[in-house]
Amino acid sequence: MNPPATFFSGFELKSLLGGEPLFIQTLITGLSIGGIYALMAVGYSLVFSILNFSNFAYGSIIMLGAYIAYFSFVKLGMPMGVALVLSILGSAALCLLNERLAYSPLRKRKASALYFMISAMGTSIFLENLVYATIGARFYAFPQEFTGTNFEFMGTSIGMLDLFAIIFAFVAIYGLHYFLQNSRTGIAIRAASYDIQVCELNGVNNTRLIGLVFVLAGGLAGISGMFLGMRYMVYPTMGWITSKAYIAAVIGGLGSLPGAVVGGVILGVLETFVSAYVSSVVRDVFSFSLLVVLLMFMPTGLFGKYLEEKV
Amino acid sequence: MGYYISGILTICLIYVISNVGLSVFTGFTGLFSLGHAAFFAVGAYTAAILTYFYNVNFYLALLAGGLMSGLVALVIGYPTLRAKLRSDYFAIATLGFGEAIRVLLENLSITQGARGLPGIANYATLPVVAAITVITVWIAVNFTHSRQGREAIAVREDFVAAEMMGINIFAVRLRSLIFSAVCGGIAGGLFAHYISFIQPSMFTSYLSTQMTASVVAGGMGSITGTVLATIIFIAIPEILRVASIWRLVAYGLLLVLIMTFRPQGLFGYRELSLGRSWKYLRENTLMRAKGRK
Repeated sequence: MNPPATFFSGFELKSLLGGEPLFIQTLITGLSIGGIYALMAVGYSLVFSILNFSNFAYGSIIMLGAYIAYFSFVKLGMPMGVALVLSILGSAALCLLNERLAYSPLRKRKASALYFMISAMGTSIFLENLVYATIGARFYAFPQEFTGTNFEFMGTSIGMLDLFAIIFAFVAIYGLHYFLQNSRTGIAIRAASYDIQVCELNGVNNTRLIGLVFVLAGGLAGISGMFLGMRYMVYPTMGWITSKAYIAAVIGGLGSLPGAVVGGVILGVLETFVSAYVSSVVRDVFSFSLLVVLLMFMPTGLFGKYLEEKV
Repeated sequence: MGYYISGILTICLIYVISNVGLSVFTGFTGLFSLGHAAFFAVGAYTAAILTYFYNVNFYLALLAGGLMSGLVALVIGYPTLRAKLRSDYFAIATLGFGEAIRVLLENLSITQGARGLPGIANYATLPVVAAITVITVWIAVNFTHSRQGREAIAVREDFVAAEMMGINIFAVRLRSLIFSAVCGGIAGGLFAHYISFIQPSMFTSYLSTQMTASVVAGGMGSITGTVLATIIFIAIPEILRVASIWRLVAYGLLLVLIMTFRPQGLFGYRELSLGRSWKYLRENTLMRAKGRK
């Protein structure tokens, strides 16, 4: 048998002069994807800043959030707002349950971050395959008339979905920011991200605080799950899209919330431009190369706090 | 039936090769890799393409697969290990790396994209695989008992102290990574020539997770633990084919339970040895006998 004549078929450089409308349209799509990445990265980074481990179960919580949104919106015919609220509440409850069952015993034993990470991976395999075994591997799509509407704005057509995603992502992130900056509980969470033991010495109930952090992260997972499901359909392994959120969080610097937002937006916008102007195939290779090159020059990411492991 | 059992055994041993390699890296340097399936895939594709398109000798192709994996490990390991990333950053970098390799395999024409390579010659029989497994485990055990292995343990336990003792952390980690990648590549080559069909979707991050999980469940830094955990993780699900969907559910649950109740893994840092097991048995029975008196 003969090997194929050409070695690589993926690349085809699209015209770089796509015109102004395409540029704005790409930017809007990029911002909406970036906004969702930012939401997921913030949820992930929030847990990291307190417990100092990578919560790999977060992707499957997002996936479950998408299923809740889909079933309440399409199958039960609820209005979109109610579906969103249900998805937020459901994901928050699941995230809290995840902490209480899989992480809390490790926390009591003061296990190292490694064990938390494996436990998170186990949770993620468990949840993904539970959905696969009970609901099935089918891809569910939100109805076209809802996700496919466009409107004209300054000569470019903008997707309704993109606009909603941008608005919801940034409102949610701003809300979280306001809560962390101004409320007493928010101050306690920020204190815990510096030193959780001293925080407890000052009279904060750490178990409750950690529970609350997981509830907040779960709420963000609900919003991002719904929008991810609308954009990419709902299926058991959709949680792997969150590996982009992990990359975004690392680009911004793990544990830093502004970093997660900036990293998410940068990654989303750059990826969309690469897939629009170069090729959608090189998109994933591009995001990974971006990560490695950035880490070579800035080993803590853009806004990272810690370089060394906490001992 | 005999064919069935030898099939399960072959698959087990192939994964033993790759997981022992990963054990040398993760277990002995403390760094996590979530993209090790990529090394497996690179080895599988290199070896398969060589025998399939160019009729290269199987053993040479296997070796080429291992070397190719090692080369890829050098390319990815040099920048990431040089930067002395903390382990979470490294884990996510490898996660991205694994996905990037899979996307590349899906889009290269030499790999025939997502269709995969069907009809690879079936060279990897049980005796061949068993022989290579024995050699790999022997090399791995010697590797960990060498100066390199001791330095790696020092780095894992306290890298600041290790660096002050004059150990070059970067070199130790890079050598371990390349060793594990070569093992993964050879295992991949065997896998391709046993299954005789490969496609990119076989090498997802799920495979990486499974490899890492075997190392952790066996006990970080215990080669025999890794071997045993791999056999348990691969063989039991294969035997319990009946509940094929639910076995993965149980597998995830098992990981969480191990972390919750026996976080040091099956063997902790210790190796399984006949002498020690005998001593343990004898002492325990003696103790019990004394207690009864």
